[in-house]
Amino acid sequence: MTTKQKNHKKPAKKASPRNWQAPTKPSSGVQNKEIRITAIKDGTVIDHVPAAKVFDVVEILNLKSHKDVVSIATNLDSKKIGKKGILKVAGRELTKKEVDEISVVAPQATINIIKDFKVKEKSKVEVPQQLTAVFRCSNPKCITNLQPIATSFSIIAKNPVKALCFYCERVMGAEEIQLR
Amino acid sequence: MGGIVFKGRDIISIRDFSGEELLYVLSIARRMEQRPQPALMKGRIMASMFFEPSTRTRLSFTAAMKRMGGDTIGFAKGEVTSTKKGETLWDTVKMIEAYSDVIVIRHSLEGAARLSAEAASIPVINAGDGTNQHPTQTMIDLYTIQKEIGKLDGITIGFLGDLKYGRTVHSLAIALSHFKAKMYFISPTALKMPEYYLDELEQKRVTFHETDDVLKALKHLDVLYVTRIQQERFADPLEYEKFKNVYKVGPDILNGAKKSLIVLHPLPRVGEIDPALDEFPNAAYFRQAANGIPVRQAVLSLVLGAVK
Repeated sequence: MTTKQKNHKKPAKKASPRNWQAPTKPSSGVQNKEIRITAIKDGTVIDHVPAAKVFDVVEILNLKSHKDVVSIATNLDSKKIGKKGILKVAGRELTKKEVDEISVVAPQATINIIKDFKVKEKSKVEVPQQLTAVFRCSNPKCITNLQPIATSFSIIAKNPVKALCFYCERVMGAEEIQLR
Repeated sequence: MGGIVFKGRDIISIRDFSGEELLYVLSIARRMEQRPQPALMKGRIMASMFFEPSTRTRLSFTAAMKRMGGDTIGFAKGEVTSTKKGETLWDTVKMIEAYSDVIVIRHSLEGAARLSAEAASIPVINAGDGTNQHPTQTMIDLYTIQKEIGKLDGITIGFLGDLKYGRTVHSLAIALSHFKAKMYFISPTALKMPEYYLDELEQKRVTFHETDDVLKALKHLDVLYVTRIQQERFADPLEYEKFKNVYKVGPDILNGAKKSLIVLHPLPRVGEIDPALDEFPNAAYFRQAANGIPVRQAVLSLVLGAVK
């Protein structure tokens, strides 16, 4: 586990280009559609998450019980994936297991590690070969949905994701993948 | 056949076996049929855990074990077990493994056999898990085709009936993909072969066609594999009524077929094969059922290390 919890002090309220900015006034009749959310000093930014999967990422990272700043924006326009979400999580780095799990719900997500307000490292998620426990099998008659056992999947295709259940051998498409 | 090891192995899914391993099982089955071995399993106990009804599979496993001098314990209905009291399958299996040398399980839930194999340290044989797998039935089907036609390589087979829920169809199609078989999938659209199986066959470069007209495929076929429309797989009884009599195979079907065509059926049949076909040599389904004994003898003796 590489999760870090830091009680860093937030920068003072004085204006900072990295802090919250009110939407700019329309200029030349064109609305500035860029939306900015609070920058973080240290932590992780997860970008290019499909809007429909933002709260899956919240659940994967168990952000409900995260004590530091979490900023979430969703339904933002994205040329790459249509509607996207972005999550900024202060004082936290992700484990490989968490990144693997995010990759299944958001195969095009990028993970930015932030140190002192700067992007220290940027990487794309990569869908792993195997996944255990976090997702449920979409087959209602699969033993994993009716007995107390962990699920296990082999990823047989990555774009779009297709997962083979180790137990019932049913193949789930990306649209069927749900958290347990 | 160097490198093939069956001792201690679970028989859960046909996907777990290479073409070479399947041929090896068939060769042992042939040996069992030609030279019965009445004392091979003396002192061994097979536990048969049938949570779902079965006639052929349960009785042929029992007969196979007894004909080799072994003994059996078990149950034929899930209702009589402690699962009714809320015991998990894992715990039931852990207990039964202490009483036996090999477990044969049938369960309505898909993946139940795989879970049992994880729980048990003795070999577990899947005798059907929901609509998923029934690997020994597939071995019987392969054995029958090989015995009746003389080969598996390059045959043309038509699967007829419920291809959506029919686990025997799914398993046999995957198994025959090792032997460059050509396949026709003949069914109403609502009961067609699931996409993920077709994708898998495509990846294995199997040549297949889909149609709802049996007559279109018939002239090409060496084997016609007929399946029952399974009432127990339909949530809605009206849906079942719509499809239950959609195909009926009778002697007239032989007119448009190769003289050597064999008709197989994993049985039980309900109305999809006219009993009038039984008297024709092409009707191989009862011979297929009889092959259950040597094939299951082969599987039991292989996983218990009694033959090599």
